[in-house]
Amino acid sequence: MKKSVLEGLDSSVVKADFPLLRREVNGKQIVYLDSAATSQKPQVVLDVLNSYYEEINANVHRGAYKIAEQATLAMEEARGNVRQFIGASSDREVIFTKNATEAINLVAYAWGRKNLNKGDVVLITSLEHHANIVPWHQLVEERGIELRWIPLTIDGCLDLDNLDELLDGVKLVSIAAVSNVLGTINPVRKIADAAHAVGALCLVDACQAVPHLPTDVTELGCDFLAFSGHKMCGPTGVGVLWGRSEILEEMPPFLGGGEMILNVTKEGFTTNDLPWKFEAGTPPIAEIIGLGAAVIYLTELGMKNVQAHGEELTQYMFETLSERFGDDLLIYGPQDATSRTGVFSMSYRDIHPHDLSQILDQQGICVRAGHHCAKPLMKLLDVNATIRASTYLYNDKADIDALVVGLQSARTFFEER
Amino acid sequence: MEPSMDGLEDLYMEIILDHYRDPRNRGELAPPAHMAEGFNPMCGDEIKVFLDLEDGQIKKIRIGGQGCSISQASASIMTTLVEGKSIEDVKHISKAFKSMMAIHEEGEEEISQDIDLGDLEALQGVVQFPLRIKCAILSWHTLEQGLREIDASAQ
Repeated sequence: MKKSVLEGLDSSVVKADFPLLRREVNGKQIVYLDSAATSQKPQVVLDVLNSYYEEINANVHRGAYKIAEQATLAMEEARGNVRQFIGASSDREVIFTKNATEAINLVAYAWGRKNLNKGDVVLITSLEHHANIVPWHQLVEERGIELRWIPLTIDGCLDLDNLDELLDGVKLVSIAAVSNVLGTINPVRKIADAAHAVGALCLVDACQAVPHLPTDVTELGCDFLAFSGHKMCGPTGVGVLWGRSEILEEMPPFLGGGEMILNVTKEGFTTNDLPWKFEAGTPPIAEIIGLGAAVIYLTELGMKNVQAHGEELTQYMFETLSERFGDDLLIYGPQDATSRTGVFSMSYRDIHPHDLSQILDQQGICVRAGHHCAKPLMKLLDVNATIRASTYLYNDKADIDALVVGLQSARTFFEER
Repeated sequence: MEPSMDGLEDLYMEIILDHYRDPRNRGELAPPAHMAEGFNPMCGDEIKVFLDLEDGQIKKIRIGGQGCSISQASASIMTTLVEGKSIEDVKHISKAFKSMMAIHEEGEEEISQDIDLGDLEALQGVVQFPLRIKCAILSWHTLEQGLREIDASAQ
């Protein structure tokens, strides 16, 4: 095996931060290549979760006692960390949700039901995750809006040749920043500007972008940004919706209950200020604080370094796979390392993805097999399922070498037995 | 060094791979034969079961769609077991197979011990791989669904 020395990040040092990566599966050292589904968690995040429960567990924004104050401060400090991480200007614009799916649903429910009427158009792309499709399908059924799709080019990029025509009648453009199947990095700024030119808003599903690329909402030029904590070294159970405050102010609340109100009488209620207006009920306090720790971890490593590491691994993945397998292995999406992230959906000969992943699992290699919650895209690719190997900051070249050996052995197992 | 495949031989028995590589009764039946469609939402597999019934028996069965070796082999074996059988017999076989896959349904105590599962016995190893049980039973669920649909449309 080659020693892995990648620019920017020393992956052997980074890898040691993640306890799970030390375990064995089926008697083999685990090789985790499913970070597009969820990332592993560094020790610092696990420690923060533990110390929250051991030292300051109390409900937030309620009690006047010491640990309630500490819990509240810790949670609001995490909000500030997240704000800085995405270049937002105010904590009021950072809303904690259960996950990115809930963040998108929040916009569809609170903004959509107020602003979208029969005949209004929501424009999405043909490479969206179901989380950015189904909420709009629901509005098609409920309110008679039109759902329109930006097509793809043959290499899995957005085909924007007819963007102006596609934008006719559009009130909201909702797009993935990075495809969770193809890794395609979409030109968010260009699309957001075009949306604004016709008076539409732009929502960005940044689940596959925020963990891997430096993110600045001002540079992206969007109005809403949704992402998950668990794909960026944070715990499950927490996601983020960032929105421009002047839009959030005008939106009705999403869920009703405690925390989101200023006053409740028998006659009605008045909503709380941003961001709590959209955070009904006891929030996932530990998880939010854990996400704050994850964001600090990533910031200390440097997102530019994380990005460079990803690009280098992507380049190595292309080189290694094509050298070893040639035409036997089909990699979907853009074929160069700069216009995509390290999400590799692949077909290998005629071996079904489910069987492939089973053989890989036998060697401790974790990859995803399936439709990746993007069935319209899979239909375009004319395939029911692919295997998907996705990298993150703790992966190194040895992990990709292991994948190559695993694929080779799958062929031996199924075709030469 | 070749990686060890210990345990996988139990899952991928030779007879399974044989049915996968050379699936029996693959194809379609034209209407008025019934078509039932099944999905495995986890992996994206889709299966079509075409059924031609006559006098309470499965006169012909054909399989379409795509799937992994386990789901395709299970479907192939299923066709060889149920063609020519009465619907009652098919339900018994299905129940016995699901019981072997550790899926326990109502009325299981009625499963006769002498039901011959034939090549399906080769799928025994799937139980050790819980995520693959869905693959093995997809065709059977779809067959049962098809029989229910035919029953409902006859009412």
